[in-house]
Amino acid sequence: VIGRQRHCIALEDFSREELLLVLDLAVSMKEVLLRPIKKVPSLRGKSVVNLFFEASTRTRSSFEIAAKVLSADALNWTSATSSVTKGETLVDTARNLEAMRPDVLVIRHSASGAPRLVAQHVACAVVSAGDGAHEHPSQGLLDCFTIREKLGTLEGKTLAIVGDISHSRVARSDLHAFPKLGTTVRLCGPPTMIPVGVEKMGCTVTHDLRTAVEGADAVVMLRIQHERIGDPLIPTTREYSRLWGLNAAKARNWLKPSALILHPGPINRGVELSPDVADGPHSVILDQVQNGVAVRMAILYLLAGGDPAEATA
Amino acid sequence: VSNLIIIEGGRVIDPATSVDGIRTVVLRDGQVAEVSERADPPAGAIIIDARGKWVTPGFIDLHVHLREPGQEYKETVASGARAAVAGGFTSIVCMPNTSPVNDTLAVTELILARAAAAGLARVYPCGCISRGSGGEELAEYGELKAGGCVALSDDGKPVMSSALMRRALEYASVFDLPLTVHEEDLALVGKGVMHEGAASTRLGLKGIPGQAEEVMVLRDIALAELTGGRVHIAHASSAGTVRAIRDAKRRGIAITAEVTPHHLTLADEDLAASGYSTAFKMSPPLRSAADLAACVAGLADGTIDCIATDHAPHSPVEKELEFDAALNGIVGLETAFPVCLALVKTGRLTAQRLIEALTAGPARAFGLPGGTLARGAPADLVILDPVAEWLCTADRLHSKSWNSPWLGHRLTGRCTHAIVGGRLVHQDGKER
Repeated sequence: VIGRQRHCIALEDFSREELLLVLDLAVSMKEVLLRPIKKVPSLRGKSVVNLFFEASTRTRSSFEIAAKVLSADALNWTSATSSVTKGETLVDTARNLEAMRPDVLVIRHSASGAPRLVAQHVACAVVSAGDGAHEHPSQGLLDCFTIREKLGTLEGKTLAIVGDISHSRVARSDLHAFPKLGTTVRLCGPPTMIPVGVEKMGCTVTHDLRTAVEGADAVVMLRIQHERIGDPLIPTTREYSRLWGLNAAKARNWLKPSALILHPGPINRGVELSPDVADGPHSVILDQVQNGVAVRMAILYLLAGGDPAEATA
Repeated sequence: VSNLIIIEGGRVIDPATSVDGIRTVVLRDGQVAEVSERADPPAGAIIIDARGKWVTPGFIDLHVHLREPGQEYKETVASGARAAVAGGFTSIVCMPNTSPVNDTLAVTELILARAAAAGLARVYPCGCISRGSGGEELAEYGELKAGGCVALSDDGKPVMSSALMRRALEYASVFDLPLTVHEEDLALVGKGVMHEGAASTRLGLKGIPGQAEEVMVLRDIALAELTGGRVHIAHASSAGTVRAIRDAKRRGIAITAEVTPHHLTLADEDLAASGYSTAFKMSPPLRSAADLAACVAGLADGTIDCIATDHAPHSPVEKELEFDAALNGIVGLETAFPVCLALVKTGRLTAQRLIEALTAGPARAFGLPGGTLARGAPADLVILDPVAEWLCTADRLHSKSWNSPWLGHRLTGRCTHAIVGGRLVHQDGKER
């Protein structure tokens, strides 16, 4: 368990203390990752099933590595079908996997709320690896971890999140986590990408990139989908890139020298980020990937029944 | 031999005749014979003691899905009619989106035959606006009317073609049939599955603005004005809709409207609190608290004519799914009275207006018999216990389906007796 949480489905459910429990444990998990022998027996005899209904390489691999470093057995179950018309229902799939007695079920699904539905039908712990446009809790935690590690604290800091907030589960998890840890959040994007009522989640909204990033301690640049058929949010990625993309000139003129640039990946180079910025001095994008493993180790460890005091022994 | 039923000691609420007080009701040979302060029971009468209870005309529901033919695993005409009388509805209008759809006499006749065999609620079929509900050609309204259809609808499917809607209103006026319209601009709906607002943003579910309904309501008000046809707005859900109907009525346009119990009592934040429960997924979606308040106000001031349940049975096969994948709709016949009674108990609606919206209101909107205890009216009557508490469970419901947001909740208020045409068809939770 993570405090009172039996599952890790939504950071909306997490208290500040529960967030810190994961972040603090992830510090020692990262230390394990940096050892020459990257293996501890903490979860020996435990099993983790990765149930992925949506294509994902990095998140699935990250959970898989996290499980293996902790000596848990990891099984990957990938399914292209996620609809009742294509065969087995989600609940049936979950019950079948449950019968194999995993300790943790990691699920990614295109439908918001799917991990919650699964959790209602299985006895094991459920971790969301992203559901629809709802939440991506481990990504939110790794964003917190990365910024805290680089800046020393999250208290009193300012984070800007730029891009398609409407469709972003990363933005929602960030919005539920950062304010609880003392960070102010600004959202930025064209009005078509800002969901109704999002300011009620405790953030400010601007449509001007400069206003969003000037003075910010960290900036999360979200991936822009090239085309959304039938629901045009932007005229072209060309115009988006000019108005809301970050290039070297904007970074130089508007960003604090110490500002961090994050991206949940995969990057559309030349759209939301120019290559020189993605690979430049502000970028902590690859740190995020490494920290993701540490954060997921902490989540798996706690939910599989581990004691935080004995995690890396 | 005359069939005589006397109901004594109850609070009779009959808005159509402006009666509200302790009265004795005499039903003779399938008609209301007398409602009076006191009556001497003649010999041979069945006497029902209604002290402490309400005695009202049988409820009329203009919007019910009976699923037969084609989806009998969800509901049948018989099971739906049984659920109806258990909930106090002695007349129901059944929507044509069966399989096949009710766009032909054969389907209308099948429904009426099944309803006659069940012998419970009066069942009035609603025929299709367009052939196959395809939204392209007119269905044969003359034949549908002759077969017994009382209204027309492509329910569930908005009539997106303004031209077809215009012709349908013109053509239906020959037969004096109202068009019950499901108002949603499908382009604005997109892939939306709930009301658009702070709750949909938090849940990451695609939202549908109230304006998706309002723009179609405004279109159909304009077309009603153009054609003189009768438009009935199904399940009004947004504040803009209520405002548009109020303005249209003020201008004398022939428009009526219904609202569901769930749009009067539940909002999008209730869905959010449920943790993606598909028992809160319906079309139109549960809207904001402000929309809800506007619907209650619209019902209270008469802008909205009646309460209709949009009883939409679905099995777990269609509901125990991801929220995006689950079908729209909830059952409502057996929960409507207690759910709406809560509005009376909290002072937002008078008892008289509630009963009017369940009886005289719908009767007037579609020109149906009943809805009153006036002398000579059909002996369709219900006795309601306004303080009885009961636990809403799948076992307790007579419907074949139990897809309800109130499942597992304790509800206050229930129908203890239902009389249709002078026959006691429901009593105390069991069929007679």
